Amino acid sequence: MRFGVVVFPGSNCDHDAWYAVRENLGQEAEFIWHDSDRLGNVDAVILPGGFAYGDYLRCGAIAKFSPVMQAVKKFAADGGLVLGICNGFQILVEAGLLPGALVRNAGLKFVCREVRLRTETTDSAFTAAAQKGQILRVPIAHGEGCYVADDRTLDELEAEDRVVFRYEDNPNGSERDIAGILNCQRNVMGMMPHPERASDPLMGSTDGMVIFRSMVSAFAHA
Amino acid sequence: MTTITPDLIATHQLTEAEYDKIVAILGREPTYTELGIFSVMWSEHCSYKSSRLHLKKLPTRGKMVVQGPGENAGIVDIGGGYVAAFKIESHNHPSFIEPFQGAATGVGGILRDIFTMGARPIAVMDALRFGPLDDPVKGARNRRIAEGVVSGIAHYGNCFGVPTVGGECVFESCYNGNPLVNVFALGVAKKDEIFYAKAAGVGNPVIYVGAKTGKDGIHGASMASAEFTEESKQKRPNVQVGDPFLEKLLLEACLEAMHTGAIVGIQDMGAAGLTCSTCEMGSRGGTGIEIELDLVPQRETGMTAYEIMLSESQERMLLVAESGREDEVFHVFKKWGLDAVTVGRVTGDGLLRVRQHGEIVAEIPNQQLADSAPLYDRPHSQPLRRAPMEAREFTSQDLTRDLETLLASADICSKRWIWQQYDYQVRTNTIAGPGSDAAILRVKETGESLAMSLDGNARYCYLSPREGAKLIVAECCRNLAVVGADPVGATNNLNFGNPERPEIMAQLVEAVEGMAEACRFFETPITGGNVSLYNETLGEGIWPTPVVGIVGLMKTGAPVGSHFRRPGRTVMMIGGMGKCLPVRFGGTQYAKVVLKQLWGLPPALDMDYEKRVQATVRDIVRAGLAESAHDLSDGGLAVALAECSFGPELVGACVHLDEEASLPIALFHEAPSRILISTSEPGQAKLMALAYGVEATAIGATVQDRLQITNHGNTLIDSEVRTLKRTWETALERMLHA
Repeated sequence: MRFGVVVFPGSNCDHDAWYAVRENLGQEAEFIWHDSDRLGNVDAVILPGGFAYGDYLRCGAIAKFSPVMQAVKKFAADGGLVLGICNGFQILVEAGLLPGALVRNAGLKFVCREVRLRTETTDSAFTAAAQKGQILRVPIAHGEGCYVADDRTLDELEAEDRVVFRYEDNPNGSERDIAGILNCQRNVMGMMPHPERASDPLMGSTDGMVIFRSMVSAFAHA
Repeated sequence: MTTITPDLIATHQLTEAEYDKIVAILGREPTYTELGIFSVMWSEHCSYKSSRLHLKKLPTRGKMVVQGPGENAGIVDIGGGYVAAFKIESHNHPSFIEPFQGAATGVGGILRDIFTMGARPIAVMDALRFGPLDDPVKGARNRRIAEGVVSGIAHYGNCFGVPTVGGECVFESCYNGNPLVNVFALGVAKKDEIFYAKAAGVGNPVIYVGAKTGKDGIHGASMASAEFTEESKQKRPNVQVGDPFLEKLLLEACLEAMHTGAIVGIQDMGAAGLTCSTCEMGSRGGTGIEIELDLVPQRETGMTAYEIMLSESQERMLLVAESGREDEVFHVFKKWGLDAVTVGRVTGDGLLRVRQHGEIVAEIPNQQLADSAPLYDRPHSQPLRRAPMEAREFTSQDLTRDLETLLASADICSKRWIWQQYDYQVRTNTIAGPGSDAAILRVKETGESLAMSLDGNARYCYLSPREGAKLIVAECCRNLAVVGADPVGATNNLNFGNPERPEIMAQLVEAVEGMAEACRFFETPITGGNVSLYNETLGEGIWPTPVVGIVGLMKTGAPVGSHFRRPGRTVMMIGGMGKCLPVRFGGTQYAKVVLKQLWGLPPALDMDYEKRVQATVRDIVRAGLAESAHDLSDGGLAVALAECSFGPELVGACVHLDEEASLPIALFHEAPSRILISTSEPGQAKLMALAYGVEATAIGATVQDRLQITNHGNTLIDSEVRTLKRTWETALERMLHA
């Protein structure tokens, strides 16, 4: 399977995502430059963490206008797998590929630490290899990771089983402890925690690998 | 045309003698712009004029050292065809005036020093000093400064994408009017792709890249070379504003441009901006540099030559490219959306020639400007100390409560509130991060890992600058030994008061000599560093605060942490229990926090024994015999045992002593050369210690959720680990939100 990792000028987890899928998972991976309007021959896209264009405005607010995001939208509309991690989640929300918004953490400070995630659904290409209710130890590192949406949207996400992960110990004030969600078609997922940082025993956890492994098997069976 | 008057010379902080030297070099009166250029290059900050004579005493060579002091950063060989470039630098003065931006641009400055050598930064650590957060008068301001500095470091490092993996933070009244922000950065490069800040090749283009030049930061270097007064707040415009996103672009663009092979030399524009980068590159290359200021990208119109040359706008670099290959360089910078323009060329006449609108506004010999700054052998007397030698009598009513008091004290309590604001994992190399004795980062390219630690102890250095400096080098090396690493190189940041006072100068001299002796003994050559003097406000100086950062090498593997992991293991003290006379107890945290006193001398250090203790623990850890290892430092045995218990498993210990001396001293003294391990193979560990002639004493066993210390069967301390941990973990937040 061939992963494409999008590189915005301010992406700084792009190499980490590349390393996780390539070195830890043993799949193919390539970088896609932000002003490219084509994704090339990739089977899944990762929007990595970082500060896409500095994010001095609102996180992801400028990234949604980038040429690569027009290509990502089309790729998603055609059913391609898209995983947005941290800043990638923020961009997906800004681009309208996922509902809701990510605002300043309730504690008003950047938080970097390991959190415990509860796997809420295995009915997705990102968690099919996990157990429902499985607890994953995965790090977060963000200043604006508080997920908010109106009640109707939140009810809808829950009713349609589109909440993929919830925090066991909510670190940022996200509504209903939401850490990751799916789009309606279930082929686009955004999550604030960093699975690529939990992909190597040396980093203290390999729990994030289940997400990448799920993507590989979903692709193999597609 | 501005006339040069004695007043104008004085406001540039140049002495009469220094001015005469300028006139002699030029053979005429300087222009206003030239006066400005000399004043920044000859400032204490840029020229090290008070310290240079003594810095020469530091050892700088070693078998792993590729580049010693004099470049943007020091470089050591880490094997496999790779090197590590690292240095520490202070941003003390700006952080007092504007904590957030002062600290943020401190991070930016040191990161540029690293990547200007072709190394991608992979780690940052910071040594911070603030006034007490609970000070009845200054507390509110101290809290504001601490919060601002921490969020400034987080803002810059997190966005840039470098993990902040460790450091230390200490609170003393002497930093009320003068906080310290020392930032260490380390990067990795291929050994055959190191870049130097040298302007070579007559006719080669001089290219300016990065942010536009504005009026910010003018005279920042001079500001950092004077004491603070009531008027210092007016210097806020001297502090620069950082843009970490731009720096990230600059990093990527510079590394990519270096790969083209078209770059001859490169230097960042830090202190003294365009002035420093042009004349230093020319001086190192033995060449001249000619620039036209009209070509320099500017943020506003109507800037004078003086302002452009002295601006300290951030995120700028100057590079020399091979003639005819400019387009390759421009192409890369265009890709990253950055300004890159040719502003001049390298010449053969050794002069820094600056033109504006075609007219010469400055013409100075590079060599003399960069290297002929005055050198002072400032008088030094006895180091300043206002503390008695003898202790008053003291006893303890409740040793458990004393331990709780220490665990809740600012210096010892968990610094989680600080480091959770830092992204300490980005780039996925962090094997051991904040809270560990030493940070460990894997180097993906070589399969080896780097361990690093920062240490300072101004309390010890105030009592004896010489002994204090030796102790911090020993502790830093011990922190590396505990994780199983061999030290390979060091960097230092010397923070002192006004060197024109003989009793302050004496602190500097003695600390440098002590550090030199210890670095020689522990084989940790100093490959670069920074000196920050005039850390005084309204005549009140800081305590002597040398900080040392040491980098070590080790095999990559699962780290041995400091926490006890399982009950039923033997707790051993490698190095023995150590001894401490009352006179050596006056600089401890117990004396500070419980007794609220300061006296005597720092703990006694036997460097030879210390080295053998370090070798022992390194062997034990590498042999896989230790389940945990943690060195004793602030708060001594009792605090170290508590810290070992604060892992997620809450495994504590039951420890039996047979001490005859004072109990507070036995539990809380800070004698070095002592390391706690937990092991299931105490016999083996003891044998390894014996081989080095080192004591290894079994003092108890690990138990679940209890910390108990007895002496001759009498209970001295008895507590639940979870209670102690809560106290320790939440103390800093409680102080901040008082």
